[in-house]
Amino acid sequence: MRISEIKELLCAEILCGEEQVNSEVQYGFGSDLMSDVLAYVKGKTVLLTGLTNNQVIRTAEMAELSAIIFVRGKKPEHELVKLAMENNIILMLTNDTMYTASGKLYSKGLLGVQIDC
Amino acid sequence: MDVMQYNFNVEKDDFDRAGEASSNIKKILRQLGIDAAIIRRIAIATYEAEINIVIHSLGGEIDLEVDPSSIKIIARDKGPGIANIELAMQAGYSTASDKVREMGFGAGMGLPNMKKCSDKFEVESELGKGTTISMIMFI
Repeated sequence: MRISEIKELLCAEILCGEEQVNSEVQYGFGSDLMSDVLAYVKGKTVLLTGLTNNQVIRTAEMAELSAIIFVRGKKPEHELVKLAMENNIILMLTNDTMYTASGKLYSKGLLGVQIDC
Repeated sequence: MDVMQYNFNVEKDDFDRAGEASSNIKKILRQLGIDAAIIRRIAIATYEAEINIVIHSLGGEIDLEVDPSSIKIIARDKGPGIANIELAMQAGYSTASDKVREMGFGAGMGLPNMKKCSDKFEVESELGKGTTISMIMFI
């Protein structure tokens, strides 16, 4: 799914990485637990989270996430946006809750990461 | 390629800078031309180790050693040590504080995740002294 399509579906604001709106992501992952992100994410993934501290960007850097969507209208501080820009990570902001945002993206075909059960 | 060694300090409770050592290690490995998939595994494992030093210890350091066949990460801290390593290795087990959980950590995935990312993984810990985690990834 293209970033531009995600932006439209979630009425999202792009905080940085506007120049990459035509890039694509393969999977979505929703979590406020960064260790779970580090343990399970693979491939080109967009993270949906309500967490807005620097560790979200560090996690994205290590796990090589393509983009982060902050849900529930939680706007991160400027320092965080700066760190994301340095690491070439797209940041978006939506007023939707994590559940609603995930549902919208999943129903339009953005799959979740497969975890063996 | 000779053996290359680097050392990074990690301060306790410094959540703003937590991840800097791992970020620097990632950059070094990229400059050395290491395979991207291996770098990702090392970055994740090192970052988990760095976060553990920040949240659980009194401070520590991370050594990076690169030789022609492998990459070695040693995360060494001074601190309380781990009372029961077997328990700490279980996914979901955590002794982290509420404050740490609010930061997005303390899910009890750190040590299992480090092990998963490593080809060789060792934890040594002494109560009241500290913990050393050694991880080797073959290139």
